[in-house]
Amino acid sequence: MELINENLDTIYFVILCLFLGIEVISNVPAILHTPLMSGANAISGVILVGAVIIMIKVDPTDYLSLTLGGLAVLLGTLNIAGGFFVTGRMLSMFSPKKPKTDK
Amino acid sequence: MTGIVEAGYLVATLSFVGGLKYLSSPIKAKKGNLLAAMGMTLAVGLTIYAAISQNLPAVNLMVILGAILIGSIIGRVMSSRVEMTGMPQLVSLFNAMGGGCAMLLGIIEGQQVGVSTLALNVQLLLAGGLVIGAASLTGSMVAYYKLSGKLKDNRSRILIYLARTSLVLILGLLISFAFNLFPISFITVIYILAFLSLLYGVLFVWPIGGADMPVVISLLNSLTGVATALAGLVYSNKIMIAGGIFVGAAGLLLTLLMCKAMNRSLLKVLAGTFAKGKEGGEVKEIHIKETTSSETAMQLAFAQKVAVVPGYGMAVAQAQHACANLQKQLESRGTELHYIIHPVAGRMPGHMNVLLAEANIGYDLLKEMDEVNDEMDQYDLVLIVGANDVVNPAAENDENSPVYGMPIIRAHKGKQVVVIKRGMSTGYAGVENNLFGEENCQLLFGDAKSVLQDVIGQLKLV
Repeated sequence: MELINENLDTIYFVILCLFLGIEVISNVPAILHTPLMSGANAISGVILVGAVIIMIKVDPTDYLSLTLGGLAVLLGTLNIAGGFFVTGRMLSMFSPKKPKTDK
Repeated sequence: MTGIVEAGYLVATLSFVGGLKYLSSPIKAKKGNLLAAMGMTLAVGLTIYAAISQNLPAVNLMVILGAILIGSIIGRVMSSRVEMTGMPQLVSLFNAMGGGCAMLLGIIEGQQVGVSTLALNVQLLLAGGLVIGAASLTGSMVAYYKLSGKLKDNRSRILIYLARTSLVLILGLLISFAFNLFPISFITVIYILAFLSLLYGVLFVWPIGGADMPVVISLLNSLTGVATALAGLVYSNKIMIAGGIFVGAAGLLLTLLMCKAMNRSLLKVLAGTFAKGKEGGEVKEIHIKETTSSETAMQLAFAQKVAVVPGYGMAVAQAQHACANLQKQLESRGTELHYIIHPVAGRMPGHMNVLLAEANIGYDLLKEMDEVNDEMDQYDLVLIVGANDVVNPAAENDENSPVYGMPIIRAHKGKQVVVIKRGMSTGYAGVENNLFGEENCQLLFGDAKSVLQDVIGQLKLV
């Protein structure tokens, strides 16, 4: 019980996010599933924020942790940058009207 | 100070919601992507700003900025080079990166803090994030190798048993650590968990068949989101929690959608099993009728409404541009052409739509299965290009068939059906397709691309 009372705000937040997420996403039409997935994938790269936060605590002379932290930042960035760029590339192909010119 | 950061996080969270919302409309989707990307940039920038004001060592700052620079450049290059057929691989690869990041966070945090300084529930959240992140990392890597054809399915029972064993070990270790059954330090637990989870990721995805890939990719995507959310709970960082949960929800929704479209339960997909047909079903002799490209061209010339049902075979043959040419030809003759797309066509959810969009086919011509299935008889000719199981009428009328119950496109209801196929091989499910024996169905053998070009050439002469 104590655990729940202490973290009540977080629990509310988690539940609301869950419903909001499902509500927002359930309306996406099938033609956009792939961009949705790669866009969502890019958003999951927000874990980069955690990688930056953890670097505050890392001692600059602790080379192992520093390397691992740098690697974590690199991986997170790849996830974000790659995800958003590739989603943008896909979406630019969805034209509202049939293009008149040949490619 | 922290007020600004928190406010910025709020704005960034809202941009994620807005971005995902905009992704539900083809016209606004591009804006949505941009919005989410800007929110992300804001969140990361503010975090670095907050870190600097909390005395982030200069060396660490250099490492962070350097890694972000390199990561952005590599990500940009990778995403600009990929072929649209290779999209599922790339998404898996990026997903693996996110999983790897989550795993590394767990390891670093485990090294940084003594056992006593963190509350048990925080330690468990950390361990959970690490387990899911690590499994998602290797799972996505295996998915990447399988999708790019570098790794074959391995359906040996041993892998499945080993996967279950390592899963039990992971859960057992977590539980025994939670109740303090063994006197082991947190960092030891972290290392063992990391190893087992990396192993589990490989063992779990390896036996899963190629046609189940849309399910697996969605699921792995969802898992990375959950790992992010767990890490967010560790740092009580709202944007990580929110972002992670949105992704987890999106991935899970798509996973269930894909399962439904294949009439398979998630558990069966994960167990790597495929339903065998009931024994005793009589083997029907199928008489097929072969046709030629000139005959097909004639049929096309006299048709008013034509439907194309594309499958992954079309993507393999790179025939989407030939399809676009056919469409132009038909339109110049006043014939209407629709594309009917099954939810699991391709190797990831919605993959076929992207492939057709790449060939400049307007999305207003792409029809979803449920949209047109009840009025399939309006089409004078249904042209099936590289699809097989998703048009098998046995799914609706043969209870003994392994594909029975799977939602299909009712191509057999079309006035005439022409199937373009390489040979008489069965589809992924390994099931005979009763469609080929139907009265109104003809088969046109050959490579989808060259056959279509041939048909277009003939059509110009008619």
